[in-house]
Parts: sequence; C-alpha cells; structure tokens
Amino acid sequence: MTRAPVRERGTTAMSTDAGPGRRDLPGTPVFDGDSSRRGLRMNKLFMSLRHADARQRFLADEAAYCREFGLTAEQERAVLGRDWQAMIDLGGSIFYVYKLAMIDGRSMQYLGGVFTGMGEEDFLAAMRAGGRRDG
Amino acid sequence: MAEVIWGLATSHVPSIGAAMDRGKTDDPNWKALFDGYAPARAWLAEHRPDVAIVVYNDHANGIDLDFVPTFGLGTAERYEVADEGFGRRPVPDVVGHPELSLHLVESLVDEEFDLTVFQELQVDHGFTVPLSVWTPDPGDQWPCPVIPLLVNVIQYPQPTAARCYALGRALGRAIRSYPEDITVGVLGTGGMSHQLAGARAGFINPDFDHMWMETIRTDPARLARLTREELITQAGSEGIELIMWLVMRGAMDEQVTEVHSDYFVPASNTAAGIALFDNRPPSA
Repeated sequence: MTRAPVRERGTTAMSTDAGPGRRDLPGTPVFDGDSSRRGLRMNKLFMSLRHADARQRFLADEAAYCREFGLTAEQERAVLGRDWQAMIDLGGSIFYVYKLAMIDGRSMQYLGGVFTGMGEEDFLAAMRAGGRRDG
Repeated sequence: MAEVIWGLATSHVPSIGAAMDRGKTDDPNWKALFDGYAPARAWLAEHRPDVAIVVYNDHANGIDLDFVPTFGLGTAERYEVADEGFGRRPVPDVVGHPELSLHLVESLVDEEFDLTVFQELQVDHGFTVPLSVWTPDPGDQWPCPVIPLLVNVIQYPQPTAARCYALGRALGRAIRSYPEDITVGVLGTGGMSHQLAGARAGFINPDFDHMWMETIRTDPARLARLTREELITQAGSEGIELIMWLVMRGAMDEQVTEVHSDYFVPASNTAAGIALFDNRPPSA
C-alpha cells in the first residue's frame, strides 16, 4: 500500500488510485476510504468529545489526550493549533472535526470562513446573499 | 396491506432544529424558512400516518467510523435522542415499530438489499430535525412510531443514486406486502446543495436544486442516473445527501401529487428544501 501523496491544500482527497469515473474537483475534499484510514484515530478523538467528561479531560490536557488516542505528530499539531484545514487534509471528516469546533464555540460559518480564506463575517454575508457559486 | 400515504423530502440542517429549540423561528434570518414550512405542517397534521420511516444519515453520533454500513435499518422499540456534543435536543425519544421493521428487513434482504440491522441506535439531528419540520410541537411524543433507515452519505463511496432509488422501490413493495392495514409516511432527508469544507465551501446551486425539486416528482429515474461525481459537482460534497430523497420517492407511486414545496437559502451553510407529496390516488 503506497502512502497518499501530499496534496495541495483544499483539493480533493480522491486523487489517489483514481478509478474509473473518479476525478478531482478543485477545492472539494472528498472524505473517502483512504482519508478515513489515515484519520481514524483523530476522528475517534473527535467522536469521544460527545461526552461532557471527555470534553473536560481534553481541555485539561489536550496533548495528553491526543497521545491517548494515538494521533500522529502532524495530527496532534493540527489539533493543538486548531489548524482546521490541516485536520481535513490529515483525514478528518468535517462532521467529526466540527465536534472540536463546537468545544471552541465555533460555528460552521466560522469554519467556512477559514476554508475559503474569506473570514467568518464575509463568509456569512456571502451565504446570506444566496451562497457562493463556481467560477 | 400497508399503504404509503405521503412522502416528505426535507433538509435536516442542525441549525433548523436549533432555531426551533431556541425560539428563533421569527428571527429575520429564519422567518421565511419557517413560513415556508407552514402549509406542509398544516396538511401533515391532518394526515397522521400509523407509522413513519425516516431515511437519513448519521453524523458521528449514533455510529462512528469503525462501521460504515451502506444501508441500515432500526428494529428497536425505542431510539434515544443523541447528545451531539452540545446537550441533547429537547425533543422526545423516538418510539419504534419493531414488527414493521422486521418485516421490512426480511422483505428487503429477500430482494437482495443486505441491510445492516440496528437493535440499538441513538438518533441525531439528521433524524430529529425532519421530525421537527413535520411536527414543531410534539409535546411528550412524536405523532406516531418511527423507523430509521440509514444511508451512508458521509464516506465515499456512497451508494449510487440508482441504488437508492431501487432501494426505495423495494421499500415500497415491502411496505405494501405488510399484512396489516396501516398507513405509512416516508421522509427522505438531507440536501439540498451545500459544501462544508474546502475552498469551495459555501457552494450553493439554485438551478440544480430547482431542477431536482421538480424532477423528483416528475421523473425520479432521471435523477437516479446522476453519478456521484455529477452530484458532488452540481450539489457540493455534502449535497450528495440528496440521494436519500430518491429512497423516499422510490417507495411512492409513479404518479404523486405535490402538496407543497419551498426553497430557502441559507440554513447555516445549506440550501434548505421541502417537498411534500400525496401518494393517494387523486379523488375523482
């Protein structure tokens, strides 16, 4: 099994072993089996944050909590540094990553502002104006 | 025999539930969405089925990535509402209908849809928000027993649109072969166009959404021919959830009557659609 190549940030995760009908769509990460395999430990950490006692333990010592779940060094850096794009690139599913954002009191619009580079306020304004379009 | 009397397609965005739970439905950013629900809610209140089936996906609450069932069906007597990380929604737990569930499992497996069976399952916003769209004030119980039908839409490869439509057709046959004379409502949830991550986050495609809303009624087989890539391109990486509408539509007759539909942008980062169809033959 070859490791997934490093990808340009924000591009799709569908580029490895592209089979028939699979192609990259710019700016569109697709959470696939390879992403899920790479991100499993980190996504399990996010899943655990559903429980109030786990949230407390995480906040008390985030690095120790990451080690407990067996995150890679890169994943741990991304979590501790709240590098949301890196979490996605390192195999995070947006629905799992969002559980960490909720702990920080961050909304999906905030994350949208990060992923697009627009910032939360402009992203929210674009959504209220009808959403963003291709091109 | 059991009969599908209506189908309801609706987005299941968590913030729709949050707006209701926090009393924000008259807020200027939300009012038009909830006004758009009102005619459907009024009709549904007059047409309560004996059982409902909610076609939905879990979002890291009831199941995690250890198991990714492509299709699953709940057979429990009760489904607890999940705490998704911000406290559970203040809505009732869900009473199931194990007898119909077990009949559906047997019929669908006989038709070669090899479903995963859930005897215990916590349901999240993907399930409870559509119930709230239907019944805003349930009191201490939902209007009828409800059965969860799960579809994997969050990890590629999702089932094809064609397979979802075929599952819906088999679901319709399974419902009609149930020996008791009961009425059934089917909810297809998720969508419409939206994308949460990546540089393309915030993508909305009203042209595609309006085409989908019309064609789901008139020619669902055409929508069932869309590939995953076409869906992700046209509706965004999370807009692929729309395949769950095809399960609902497949369970209905070829000819259905639209009772009401509406479209609203944005519910959080999502285009929110609602479409209600009457499945009973038009009265002469």
